[in-house]
Amino acid sequence: MLRFVVRRLLQMAGVLLVLSLLVFVWLRSLPGGPVSALLGERQTEERREALQAALGLDQPLPIQYVRFMQRAFEGDFGVSTQVLPGEDALDIFLARLPATIELSFFALVIAIALGIPLGYVAARRKGTPMDTSLVISSLVGVAVPVFFTAFLLKYFFAVEWNLLPVSGRQSIGLDATRVTGLFVLDGILTREWDAAWDALKHLVLPSLALATIPFAVVFRITRASVLDVLDEDYVRTAEAKGLTARVIRARHVLRNAMLPVVTTIGLQVGALLSGAVLTETVFSWRGVGQALAEGFLQKDYPVLQVLIMAAAAIYVLVNLLVDITYALIDPRIRTR
Amino acid sequence: MSMRRTVATWTTAVLAAATLASCAESERDDSGSGGGGDDGTFVFGAAGAPEMFDPFYATDGETFRVTRQMFEGLLGVEPGSAEVVPELATEWTPNEDGTEWTFTLRDDVTFHDGEPFNAEAVCYNFERMFDQNDAGQVAGEYWGYVMGAFSNDAESSLYQGCEATDEFEAVISISGPTSGFPTMLTLESLSMQSPKALEEGDANGIAAEGEGFSFPDYANAPVGTGPFSFGEYDEANGSITLERNDDYWGETAKVSEIVFRVIPDESTRRQELEAGSINGYDLPNPVDWAALEEDGNTVEVRDAFNILYLGLNPEANPQLEDLRVRKAIYHALNREQLVQTQLPEGAEVATQFMPSTVSGYNTSLEPYAYDPDEAKRLLAEAGAEGMTLNFAYPTEVTRPYMPDPQKIYEALRTDLEAVGINVKVSTAAWNGGYLDNVSGEPGKYDAYILGWTGDYDSAYNFIGTFFGNLKDNDFGTDVMPWGKQLADDLKAADAIVDEDERGAAFEEINQQIMEEYLPGLPISHSPPALVVGPGVEGLIPSPLTAEEFDTVTVSGE
Amino acid sequence: MTSENPPPQPGRTSYADRRKQRLDALAATSVDDEGGVSLILSAWRRLRRNPVFLVGLAITVTFVVLAIIAPWLAPYDPAARPLLDDIRPQSNPVPGPEPGHPLGGDDKGRDLLSRLLVGSQQTLMVGVLATLFGLLGGVTLGTIAGAFAGWTDSLVMRIVDVMLSIPSLLLAFTIAALASSPSQWTLIIAIATVQVPIFARLLRGSMLGQRASDHVLAARSLGVKPHAIVFRHMLPNALGPVIVQATLVLAVAIIDAAALSFLGLGNPDDRRPEWGQMLGAAQPYLGQEPHLAFYPAACIIVVALGFTLMGESLREALDPKTRR
Repeated sequence: MLRFVVRRLLQMAGVLLVLSLLVFVWLRSLPGGPVSALLGERQTEERREALQAALGLDQPLPIQYVRFMQRAFEGDFGVSTQVLPGEDALDIFLARLPATIELSFFALVIAIALGIPLGYVAARRKGTPMDTSLVISSLVGVAVPVFFTAFLLKYFFAVEWNLLPVSGRQSIGLDATRVTGLFVLDGILTREWDAAWDALKHLVLPSLALATIPFAVVFRITRASVLDVLDEDYVRTAEAKGLTARVIRARHVLRNAMLPVVTTIGLQVGALLSGAVLTETVFSWRGVGQALAEGFLQKDYPVLQVLIMAAAAIYVLVNLLVDITYALIDPRIRTR
Repeated sequence: MSMRRTVATWTTAVLAAATLASCAESERDDSGSGGGGDDGTFVFGAAGAPEMFDPFYATDGETFRVTRQMFEGLLGVEPGSAEVVPELATEWTPNEDGTEWTFTLRDDVTFHDGEPFNAEAVCYNFERMFDQNDAGQVAGEYWGYVMGAFSNDAESSLYQGCEATDEFEAVISISGPTSGFPTMLTLESLSMQSPKALEEGDANGIAAEGEGFSFPDYANAPVGTGPFSFGEYDEANGSITLERNDDYWGETAKVSEIVFRVIPDESTRRQELEAGSINGYDLPNPVDWAALEEDGNTVEVRDAFNILYLGLNPEANPQLEDLRVRKAIYHALNREQLVQTQLPEGAEVATQFMPSTVSGYNTSLEPYAYDPDEAKRLLAEAGAEGMTLNFAYPTEVTRPYMPDPQKIYEALRTDLEAVGINVKVSTAAWNGGYLDNVSGEPGKYDAYILGWTGDYDSAYNFIGTFFGNLKDNDFGTDVMPWGKQLADDLKAADAIVDEDERGAAFEEINQQIMEEYLPGLPISHSPPALVVGPGVEGLIPSPLTAEEFDTVTVSGE
Repeated sequence: MTSENPPPQPGRTSYADRRKQRLDALAATSVDDEGGVSLILSAWRRLRRNPVFLVGLAITVTFVVLAIIAPWLAPYDPAARPLLDDIRPQSNPVPGPEPGHPLGGDDKGRDLLSRLLVGSQQTLMVGVLATLFGLLGGVTLGTIAGAFAGWTDSLVMRIVDVMLSIPSLLLAFTIAALASSPSQWTLIIAIATVQVPIFARLLRGSMLGQRASDHVLAARSLGVKPHAIVFRHMLPNALGPVIVQATLVLAVAIIDAAALSFLGLGNPDDRRPEWGQMLGAAQPYLGQEPHLAFYPAACIIVVALGFTLMGESLREALDPKTRR
């Protein structure tokens, strides 16, 4: 197990190094750049060149990359040009991370809490109108763009019925104490119950919007996987032995059907990260996704570099964790 | 997972939580809750986070909107207009040749940190702005733009020195008269900041680091003289709080607190306003104006202080060197229809490259008529029938002068195609190469949509910006026989000391530009709007989009 | 019939990727020589009675026919602006229905019904071309990997794995953003690229199965040239699962095109409309004129549904597990 983990970690480091080069070259080969974002209509050839020289962007790419790597090895990933000018890009990522973790976590909880039971029900009633309508509605969730879903959620729950806040992470003027940056947890830890409750209310709509795609995936995988398992000999044997439906469900079907579902959940981290870009923007959620969107718009190279690399690292790391979990759940892998 | 392992996991989690909890104490301040003072809070939905809080290095409107509430300049702008009025200086007089300006200062002003405002503070500020290191010279963009140079190249600088001749009298010398001075002192970037705070926060300690600039501490702890002082910036939640300055020299602000909430998405800002969680936001989508008003909000339409134009570049397409072709293109455009159907209500067809409120505006100019037949005739005469035009518009941007670039583009393109011009569609994101392609030497597009919002009331700030720099402008005027003449005329007019004479000179140049040169085609002026929710009174819309919120009141829900 | 592929094992060396597993499982359904025709026939017999498949088929056929005849069906040229003079930015930003314009116009005064109808054409084109290019790239890579075992196979598959590990929309976004100026083609290529690794893995798995099959062994022992074995024996028999996947990808491609258009990476030239582009352009009007977004969104959903239902039932029909 340990060797497996170490090898995977080494592989991961190699992949990330190659990726850093790709991201670096890619960003700089995109047309435009931070200079336009800074100068706007006042941009002239002369001012552009002066600013590029000051930012070191006039140097040949290999030199820029070497400089970047030298600084990166000292732990300096550059400072933001536009997202939060002057702030260390890594600090921006760290400051934004809790917001995204909080949002993704709740979205994942919603996706799992709805996806697994509904997937199970759909599989047990395969071919019935209920199954068909569940399949169709999960598909509709995927096909509707997030901005549309988000708009409707905000329109009804926040504007029309006034049940929940429209956007943001916490009401202003609460003067909440910050500990971890996970606002709900902070409120609980410091026993500022009103702050925790307020943060939780802010979480509902964005995590629902973000959950649509992972929900659809979890639902479909659960359904497919339960169908597979129901067909297995041991389930039939169990049925033949006269075990109660409950025992079969708990001991055989669900447990065996969970393997692919666990893997899928790990893979959803990627979907959550890409979904967060849009969701965070439309919900004014100050997370990594919003910083990424803003960075793209304003061509903030240092911030983009750090965020993309960090997202990739997280993605790979989570998948490693999934593999380990997998090995833990499935004894066959461990003994092999 | 076995039962034992499950229990172990949970125990660990609970223990971890307990450990965290034991070191997490509520740090709430019991004395004053965050609800603000007694006169209410004005919550404004900002489209973006401020870059920083030192206006000298700032470049964008979202930053200036915040700093404007905290800082003041020597000169101010009359609320609701672009007219220059006294602010921290009560009077200013030039010497005969317009190179030395004596400013008489208010004697009752203190900075938020208690430091006195006087002539020494003024000169300290000017020297601070003038004396920038390499990074500061690039980051101090507005100074570079209006003054031309910094202390290391003192001779080319418009600013030549500042002397405190009395406690409340400062003399600023400039290299030569220009229409921009002293009007440029209304610029937010040139605001007066506390010398002590500047010094202690190492305000000039900006450094180029990697691909960005790192800013000194001062940039996050600004100290000015304005009606509000800096409260806090809650980055994790995207909100900036400013508190009322009760010792303000003028009338103190009506609300005790302003909060700016960062809400990047337009439709979310509108929904926040509808839900009553913000009190206003800038640049509502023109489509929403009517509905917003119906819901009890007030849409404040500002006077247009901008120009949208169709830039033409003879360097990219030599056919455009022919005046007849440029006139033909102008006649082909149905601008009346564009303004009525695709631009916000109150937009106007432009007759020249500046709005009517700027001195130097030529009232005798008439808009070029929409006349497709004349356009076809001119094209035929110039032998340019069926010409191809590489015509571009920007994406990922809205500007006060172009709420929706694509819509404007579509309208113009339909008109051009109607007279037989082949249009090649080009587009790029605003920061993704569009500006580079427009401003490059030579520019890449034959025709492009661009515009300008005035920084202050000055003709040169419009047409001088466009055509004053012969070698480096977006219209390729250096290949035109009149290009140099125009640039020289503009500089000569700008240096006239007498205001009326200067105005007359600019009027004449405007006429020449429109009738003889036509380097580009002015399209329209669009009024940018601002919306405030029910219960908000006293907001005075500014054509410079430079609203000050000290007059605003917010009555209960 | 049983497949010659080993059943998919939970991965230990790779990311234990369910996506891969699903692909491998599908690959295992490739048509074998011995029962080829009868298998397809039996599948068709089952499909004919499957209402889900029939609904999917009906939607798909309607969509394709509509796309072909749309130009004759549309009352107006989708680029013409008959309703332009009705527009007043504040009081009437989007012209409502009126005689001759049952759905009204869009914000540029063009007939909405005509644009929706003609939009089916571009939408179909983007979907089909993106799938086709993805298929082409994937089949090329997969054939190379499947035909030559050993290091060629490993190299190609490592590239494929890296591509699979990047969230698909992020990858498409990246590729589309790379183009200096967005167009219909950058959109198509971006979506196609994302599909390449999926097809490649699928085809390779299916071809590996073929390699070990009797008829390939027989051909080899008879001295048939390697390329002839690959192109005459292995590839045709391995294509079944790929075609099933292609129907599913069509739906994904249409949805992805909408997402990219919404992000401003679609075709800037909107004279020939595309549903995703229409949906993106409707964004500022969500509050006042939601129908502008609703119509194209509904069209996209229905069509994506059609392709998915058809593809899923095809897959089920070909799956040896459900066949037994």
